[in-house]
Amino acid sequence: MSAQTTAVLDEDLRSRLLKPDVITGSEILLRSLLLEGVDCVFGYPGGAVLYIYDAMHGNKDFNHLLTRHEQGAIHAADGYARSTGKVGVCIATSGPGATNLVTGIATAYMDSVPLVVITGNVATTAIGTDAFQEADITGITMPITKHSYLVRNVEDLPRIIHEAFHIANTGRKGPVLIDIPKDISAQKTRFEWKEEVNIRGYNPTVQPNKLQVERLVKAIEEAERPVILAGGGVVYAGAHEQLLELVNKARIPVTTTLLGLGGFPSGHELWMGMPGMHGTFTANTALQNCDLLISIGARFDDRVTMAVKGFAPKAKIAHIDVDPAEIGKTVPTAIPCVGDVKAVLELVNEKVKPAKSAAWIDQVQTWKEEKPLRYKDSDTELKPQYVIEMIHEATKGEAIVTTDVGQHQMWAAQYYRFNHPRSWITSGGLGTMGFGFPSAIGAQMGNPDRLVVSINGDGGMQMCSQELAICAIHNIPVKIVVINNQVLGMVRQWQEIIYDNRYSHIDLAGSPDFVKLAEAYGVKGLRATNKEEARKAWQEAMNTPGPVLIDFVVRKGENVFPMVTQGNTIDQMIMGDEE
Amino acid sequence: MSTHRHTISVLVNNQPGVLQRVAGLFGRRGFNIESITVGESEEHGLSRMVIVTTGSERTLEQISKQLYKLIDVIKVVDLSAGPMVAREVALIKVNAEPAARPEILGVVETFRASVVDIGASTMIVQAIGDTDKIDAIVELLKPYGIRELSRTGVTAMTRGLGRA
Repeated sequence: MSAQTTAVLDEDLRSRLLKPDVITGSEILLRSLLLEGVDCVFGYPGGAVLYIYDAMHGNKDFNHLLTRHEQGAIHAADGYARSTGKVGVCIATSGPGATNLVTGIATAYMDSVPLVVITGNVATTAIGTDAFQEADITGITMPITKHSYLVRNVEDLPRIIHEAFHIANTGRKGPVLIDIPKDISAQKTRFEWKEEVNIRGYNPTVQPNKLQVERLVKAIEEAERPVILAGGGVVYAGAHEQLLELVNKARIPVTTTLLGLGGFPSGHELWMGMPGMHGTFTANTALQNCDLLISIGARFDDRVTMAVKGFAPKAKIAHIDVDPAEIGKTVPTAIPCVGDVKAVLELVNEKVKPAKSAAWIDQVQTWKEEKPLRYKDSDTELKPQYVIEMIHEATKGEAIVTTDVGQHQMWAAQYYRFNHPRSWITSGGLGTMGFGFPSAIGAQMGNPDRLVVSINGDGGMQMCSQELAICAIHNIPVKIVVINNQVLGMVRQWQEIIYDNRYSHIDLAGSPDFVKLAEAYGVKGLRATNKEEARKAWQEAMNTPGPVLIDFVVRKGENVFPMVTQGNTIDQMIMGDEE
Repeated sequence: MSTHRHTISVLVNNQPGVLQRVAGLFGRRGFNIESITVGESEEHGLSRMVIVTTGSERTLEQISKQLYKLIDVIKVVDLSAGPMVAREVALIKVNAEPAARPEILGVVETFRASVVDIGASTMIVQAIGDTDKIDAIVELLKPYGIRELSRTGVTAMTRGLGRA
């Protein structure tokens, strides 16, 4: 059965939906989405999906949000999925509508986010003729989808939609694309819905091999300097409680990757912060000195390992992952553990005994005290780190935070402290600018009662700023933060440190006045250029019920530290000017 | 790590685009394809691809794991891990003036190949065998002047009861 529960539907609606009426492909699509428990769809109509939108006319069973660009729709669906754990759904027309989704599909694929992406296509009779607005979207997206379908018979539609939801949200999650030709969406057939899914080539390993688990338990017991590297898989599997139990039982220090933030409470004494390129001194030093490294739902991304050859040189590596292809892909693994992270940890927790880690934990605590994350504050200029810390304090770490990509993303990862899973939404694998703001709209749709803060750079904000319209029209109360340093900050940092201060094409002069931009769309805009204004503006934003954009004008030349440059091992950190 | 030639059998759903999925995977992950053949299998609805690739044991393991991630892939077997039969077919159109024909026929006989067409000044030789044998006959026919060469790529299966 699909990972999305259908039990939430009330029985009347469900029996109405299941009636074996003769209906069009478009009506089949809408009924099937409802049967999958979909309550919110993000989309943009066009010629090839007109039958689908016609069927949606007057529909009150789920929300449809008309974004201003297909990229906004798919990032919103992504933010919805990451923040709720449900499958995100978006709809676009054929050709340019479909190709505008490509960046968002790749973003979701790299970060294992469950999406069902519906695209229209030209009629089956026109496919292959270079017809108006025709694009081979299943071909274009083959490398960036978990699976894709081009629907050729309307009778297949209910099965395909059900399979798509199942594939998207089981095993290693990911985006699934369904391309529906226009004539298929118009053709009629008898609607038949089958609950069971049977896909011969798809049986993800959920329950782990017991011998593998026993080897892991034994390795933990013998370890003197163990470290856990927890990734996004912990969050996606809903295994945060099991991870906490393991850490408390076995006494193992934890580092959480960029996507793993929130999978372990940042206030815990054994949390070391984030590893890798902009990781903490403690996490990176511990990784390089540990004798047992347990990767849990993390895939040894090169931003974590940096120079792979010198990564964790003293460690025996254990790797827990639902995707067997991740094991041994980047680093040689001594103890593989294939299975759903939650299922594996439950088994480990039944048997695990404490590691011999007391002295190691003392060492880790010393590093934490000696070299915490810090920055030089200023009374004359507004520091971006200060802004993040201020938002963290004001929200008590309870907000859902989405970010774009760049320096502000790293500062948010470093200085906002997460205590809950699914509270941190960021494009890790693909590093997609333009992701932060629309993903916040999706997160807010999925979590109407929570505070959603979208932290963006002045570069990325301009890549999807048109979605301010959606916030204004529907009064979606996202608090939109712009960390405005007037440059492409991370590129500037690389040009300063690696390219010998040769600043090439990074000046964002000519950016709009963000306050006026917000106001032009009907969103309240505020600006802050020093600490006092920053606190005042934030307070005002909090007191405003709807969406607010705050333009924090920060110091231009600020850099993200620590930093490991490419080719170096993670203990070769530039600690920067924070001391 | 040493590099070897591997022959892999991949059982797939006979769906449109499945060859693109498999070949695309090899391309974007940097795996090598020496040859790829596809045809119907013993089971309706399933096709069998035989792929010859080169790489270390670790690469082979990744190829197998990545292939299994494709929803349309049912089964992946490394045929070259055990005894197997591997064959390809070559059609070789060679210059064959009447005076040269006896010599060419001598080569054809030695390789237990056959002549499947004779023109005024050409012959088409059909050779079946493993890659080395085909390479060898092509090499021997080169001096006469090969006008066209078409090879199928390798198809293969395990010997005895082993199934792929």
